[in-house]
Amino acid sequence: MKAAKKTEKILMAGNEAIAEAAFQAGCFFYAGYPITPQNELIAYMSYRLPEAGRVFVQAESELAAINMVFGASAAGVRAMTSSSSPGVSLKQEGISYLAGARLPAVIVNIMRGGPGLGNIAPSQSDYFQSTRGGGHGDYHCLVFAPAGVQEAFDLTVLAFDLADQYRVPAIILGDGMLGQMMEPVNTAVSVSRKTEKPWALTGCGNRPANVAKSFSLAEGALEKNNLILQETYCQIRKQEQRFETLLTDDAEIILVAYGTMARIAKAVVKQLRKEGKKIGLIRPISLWPFPDRAFSAAKKDKIFLVVEMSYGQMLEDVKLAINGRSRVEFLGRSGGGIPTEEEINSKIKALS
Amino acid sequence: MAKITINQQRCKGCLLCVSFCPKGVIKKSAKINQKGFVTVELNPQAECSGCTFCALICPDCCIEVYK
Amino acid sequence: MEKIFGRSESLRDVSTHYCPGCGHGIAHRLVAEIIDELGIRQKVIAIAPVGCAVIAYDYWDFDCCEAAHGRACAVATAIKRVRPQNIVFTYQGDGDLAAIGTNETIHAANRGENITVVFINNAIYGMTGGQLAPTTLIGQKASTAQKGRVAKEHGYPLKISEILASLPAVKYVERVSLHSPQEILKTKKALKQAFQNQIAGAGFSLVEILSPCATYWGMSPKAALDWIRDVLSKEFPLGRIK
Repeated sequence: MKAAKKTEKILMAGNEAIAEAAFQAGCFFYAGYPITPQNELIAYMSYRLPEAGRVFVQAESELAAINMVFGASAAGVRAMTSSSSPGVSLKQEGISYLAGARLPAVIVNIMRGGPGLGNIAPSQSDYFQSTRGGGHGDYHCLVFAPAGVQEAFDLTVLAFDLADQYRVPAIILGDGMLGQMMEPVNTAVSVSRKTEKPWALTGCGNRPANVAKSFSLAEGALEKNNLILQETYCQIRKQEQRFETLLTDDAEIILVAYGTMARIAKAVVKQLRKEGKKIGLIRPISLWPFPDRAFSAAKKDKIFLVVEMSYGQMLEDVKLAINGRSRVEFLGRSGGGIPTEEEINSKIKALS
Repeated sequence: MAKITINQQRCKGCLLCVSFCPKGVIKKSAKINQKGFVTVELNPQAECSGCTFCALICPDCCIEVYK
Repeated sequence: MEKIFGRSESLRDVSTHYCPGCGHGIAHRLVAEIIDELGIRQKVIAIAPVGCAVIAYDYWDFDCCEAAHGRACAVATAIKRVRPQNIVFTYQGDGDLAAIGTNETIHAANRGENITVVFINNAIYGMTGGQLAPTTLIGQKASTAQKGRVAKEHGYPLKISEILASLPAVKYVERVSLHSPQEILKTKKALKQAFQNQIAGAGFSLVEILSPCATYWGMSPKAALDWIRDVLSKEFPLGRIK
């Protein structure tokens, strides 16, 4: 599979597009473990990386995989792992260690129905885990939510660049639908920004020894490291908020949805606009940092309807961003249930 | 002819060197180091053979051996 | 007179936090000596465990990587595969390698990763205060088995070396001890072999080192060494296993 020329498009499943994006972004190490609905991603990596002299490992568990990513990242190469909800839960400790040791990495979560073993249908119920941090300690990961296969490709490349730049883990938060759906993708990548890694473990040679660690017992040392992290997160909140808006200026009711849920919401907006209804959409693309700027125009006379494949997780961030300036309503289904256009329409009718 | 030097500030008084020295060159001393550990010292009557047993068994790398 | 024994370059000239008579101090020194003798200090990357030796990187003067408790062999797998020209070794205690990290250890071994594993078996959890370890002996007391280990309840001392030796991809397994200068020299020889295997690209090598924990065995440092000689090494026989 060669990279496409500038204009050429290739029909690809979301899982494979993310894998190819990682490859194009220079991902040198991938460790994964089989779990539906992201199996195509690990299968793709199993031949794509070795054929270019890079490293693929099918690990004995998702937990081993994230710790392998820790090692590869500490050794200075771009590293990625992918899984789906239950597997991503197993990675939380490792992600906290990555954050604590300020090691960049990309973690892909093709979400499925939960909790527990759940099912293999799409879901968005890992929002809290991804944006609040599912592991221990005060840390955040960059979290990007693609709503299409091309965007999944582009955000994966972006995730590698920003993870290196800020030395933080970055999460691509897709879902079963996005992972399986096929869309045309342009896989050409403008050169992704290279970041120097003087801290990497390469064998000390003539320089002082490097240590990749998050452990600090000395009085005040860990707090100092935490302040560095907080300063980074503050910078990220300022510079990396990403969102899309659709017809929100004159909208009386604004839908708020991300990922594949936003595609359904967009269809509702277009349909109701034809019927003369003033409906708009805000689509967060970065879930952390949450795009509060998108809600700066929130006023008394506007209603925000948050729609999720969960029982209201992004809902809380929307409420925080709006901070009481407007009414916020919610419609959600989980466990693989997907809110339909009809359900959204009847909810809107009930509101107006 | 051989001799050893003992870094008494690093010594933790585990006394393993005393047990394993075949020539009784090292003995427990009354001195306490900065960290509050009992330390060891050389027994002038004994003759070191440079066998390095003391240095091998010392967990804190306190002993250097010269020959 | 010429100095015939002293601190090696790879061992920082600092005091350690280890208890008086602790085996880690000896094992750290041996690893540092071998790395100097093989001339690989500039190429080596160590993976430290979670346990008493968690801050081994404060005592070794070469690149070191921390690993979450039990995950050192997974971390090492990745580092070695992305940097095959470097010499990668893990240094782990019995809780790290044989309790929480058993899965990572067995699978790294089964894949035949070309790494060196230094396994410190002191039959107890040290850092956290003397709890039962997978390698604690039947009848041996621990803070979580205060009447002593009972097979019916706690199972038997885990023979990691023998288990790993049964895996076809494993190249070298030897169990050694620190209970006397002679045994320490054997330990050094085994460690050197394990590192040389890696340099030669021969695959997975593990050295299990029976090591004293005077504090949590409740013995004097010398009595602890004798206990290894008379008791521990009977349950964990010394010698080349593979």
